[in-house]
Amino acid sequence: MNFDYTEEERALAEQARRLLADKSPPALIRSLLEGEGADRREALWTEISALGWPAVAIPESQGGIEFGHVALCALAEEIGRAVAPLPMLPSIYLAAEAIAAAGTQPQMQRWLPALASGEIIGTAFLTPGAITVRDGRLTGSVSPVPYGAEAGVAIISAADGLHLVDLTRPGVTRSALNTIDDSVPHAAITFDAVEAEPLGARNGSALGDHIVSRAAVLVAFEQLGGAEACLQMALAYVRERKTFARVIGSYQAIKHRLADIYVATEVARSNAYYAAWALATGAPELPLAAAAARIAATEAYEFASAECIQIHGGIGFTWEADCHLHYRRSRLLAQALGPMAQWHDRLADALDRREAA
Amino acid sequence: MDFDDTPEDAVFRAEVRAWLAKHAPRHAPPPGEADAEGFALLPLARQWQTAKAEAGYARIGWPVAYGGRGGSVIQEVIFDEEQRRFPLPPDAFGISLGMCITTLLNWAAPEVLERFVAPALRGEEIWCQLFSEPSAGSDLGNVRTRAVRDGDDWIVTGQKVWTTGAHVSDWGTILVRTDPGAEKYAGLSYFWFDMRSPGVEVRPIRQASGHAAFNEVFLTDVRIPDSQRLGEVGGGWKVAISTLLNERMSVNEADIANITIDDVVAMARKVAPDGRRPIDDAASRARLASLYVRSLGVRYSRYRMLTRLAQGEEPGPEAAMGKLVLGRNIQDMARFAMEMRGPAGIIVDRQGDPELTEMQEAWLYAAGLRIAGGTDEILRNTIAERVLGLPQETRLDRGIPFNQLSN
Repeated sequence: MNFDYTEEERALAEQARRLLADKSPPALIRSLLEGEGADRREALWTEISALGWPAVAIPESQGGIEFGHVALCALAEEIGRAVAPLPMLPSIYLAAEAIAAAGTQPQMQRWLPALASGEIIGTAFLTPGAITVRDGRLTGSVSPVPYGAEAGVAIISAADGLHLVDLTRPGVTRSALNTIDDSVPHAAITFDAVEAEPLGARNGSALGDHIVSRAAVLVAFEQLGGAEACLQMALAYVRERKTFARVIGSYQAIKHRLADIYVATEVARSNAYYAAWALATGAPELPLAAAAARIAATEAYEFASAECIQIHGGIGFTWEADCHLHYRRSRLLAQALGPMAQWHDRLADALDRREAA
Repeated sequence: MDFDDTPEDAVFRAEVRAWLAKHAPRHAPPPGEADAEGFALLPLARQWQTAKAEAGYARIGWPVAYGGRGGSVIQEVIFDEEQRRFPLPPDAFGISLGMCITTLLNWAAPEVLERFVAPALRGEEIWCQLFSEPSAGSDLGNVRTRAVRDGDDWIVTGQKVWTTGAHVSDWGTILVRTDPGAEKYAGLSYFWFDMRSPGVEVRPIRQASGHAAFNEVFLTDVRIPDSQRLGEVGGGWKVAISTLLNERMSVNEADIANITIDDVVAMARKVAPDGRRPIDDAASRARLASLYVRSLGVRYSRYRMLTRLAQGEEPGPEAAMGKLVLGRNIQDMARFAMEMRGPAGIIVDRQGDPELTEMQEAWLYAAGLRIAGGTDEILRNTIAERVLGLPQETRLDRGIPFNQLSN
């Protein structure tokens, strides 16, 4: 048993942490929230793509570097720590993973090398219902789609299963949206009889669940990194800030709150590690492990980001403080892969199935 | 991340499985008699302990010279995992071995170990740890039990409390004040002694759960030879702290209560009095998910810690987290389990519904668990100060001789 990152994974994470501290500072996130800095966001994507981050878990035969999914988890943790404005969730955790899991050889060859190199951004909308399919053509609207305006390819869920859509086809209309976290762009996409290819088998709900489970593990690492960043920010503040001639970090009310945040992040980290193992090895425990990782990480990030503001007091509620960057991102990620009740369902169903077996 | 056994560990697991399959069934407790608190089935527990000791499984990590097998922490985990598959009497030797003898191994002379380790390992002799006092709980350094030097001996007088297993113990380790004129933590010393010495009176305490696993111990002019001191005169705090570190290390759901998340899941899958399975109900799913995530979070945190230990790191204060989360989680699991039975959740029927009885026992027990061996509040302080590096609590007992403190 070895329940930790390898040295190589750790080295990759260290490299990512240094680069993001430099190239994805809070000032960049704040400008993006103010509607500026999109060019710097694109430059960051180009730079990290050149370093191979999007390609980390994509097979070599498809233009990836096949370093593995645990390495991708280690990267995700650093991206979350820096609240980095990168399209890893839609493009890699969802689109590339979906195509790698269920694509035909031609579909993989068409899209995976371009997703791996970062040349094309992918996205996905996996809540069925809004799209009708006739003769292989999609009609209807989906919203909000992360990087919906920038993406070149999308995985779209419809009643008959998943569809792969080249977003440069005629009939695609996109309009940008504002969200609670505008550092990550979102758009509404309308399809008017747009040609699409089926992705995977036609009873697509099992495939959709599988893809969401895999993405949930990676997002859990982003949430974990974010939660730890909040803990560190709060710790730094309570060591400096004084009231009644004492640093506030010497008060039990504050110490105990920080201990609780620490415990929440540790519970999240341990569940996330187990899920990373299940993801990397394709273990049958994946649905259960992913749901547990998702629930623990969502709770930890929301708790840590909210309490980070609380511990900072008034200054924590200002635009200039970094606390709200995490507060926004934590909710964005919490909403990204379906509501919490759905994850409770997934966890309970997986437990029930395991015990029935 | 790798959960698979190494080839050597796989061989060890196979050996353990074969041994357990042959020996464990003979030691199963009678149905309905598994007790949340450890000493009710002592004769059975002793037989099982002796069997393990003879096979070299009683303390896998200890040196061979002391009856262990010089094995790794991972092998200890493997044995625990495999052992858990069998119904066995509750472990009555956790304090003996995990605290008292472990302290002896670090601090006592070879001839002392020669005499005491083997009988403790076989469960023939039981040890207890006399630490807490009426005014020394969370503030353990406030120990008032006095030891006064008399020739080659010390004369000990005072009162200890919450002493688990004192009523069945042969030997004890004790923290006493040898110099009341010294600063609080500098005036303490640590001894081992015979629990049958004249002047030792053990009175079981009836706990809120109705059980009596721990005791008050009154010491009146108890004579302890100076040769039974561990560490320096005035150096008892250092010895005591080394023991407490062991206590926090050992936390593991299955070690501290009779229920695990698996039992809760099993109950949630059974049809409840309302004709439905709780696991199919949305509100129950949310509760189950939250309990599961905490339970597994602690289990996997332990694996992470074991990975670090296997890589040669020292155990750190991080282990405080395990008990903090589990104490509360066991309480919550038990409440949820009782609710799943509907109004009948309050009925105590050991024979008719042993599953529910275990939950009720655990529910009562958990209220004490959140206090024993470091309260939730002290554990939060430990995490805040020793893991997160925040300032220590403001203290009014520093640099003042103990006998001038106003407590």
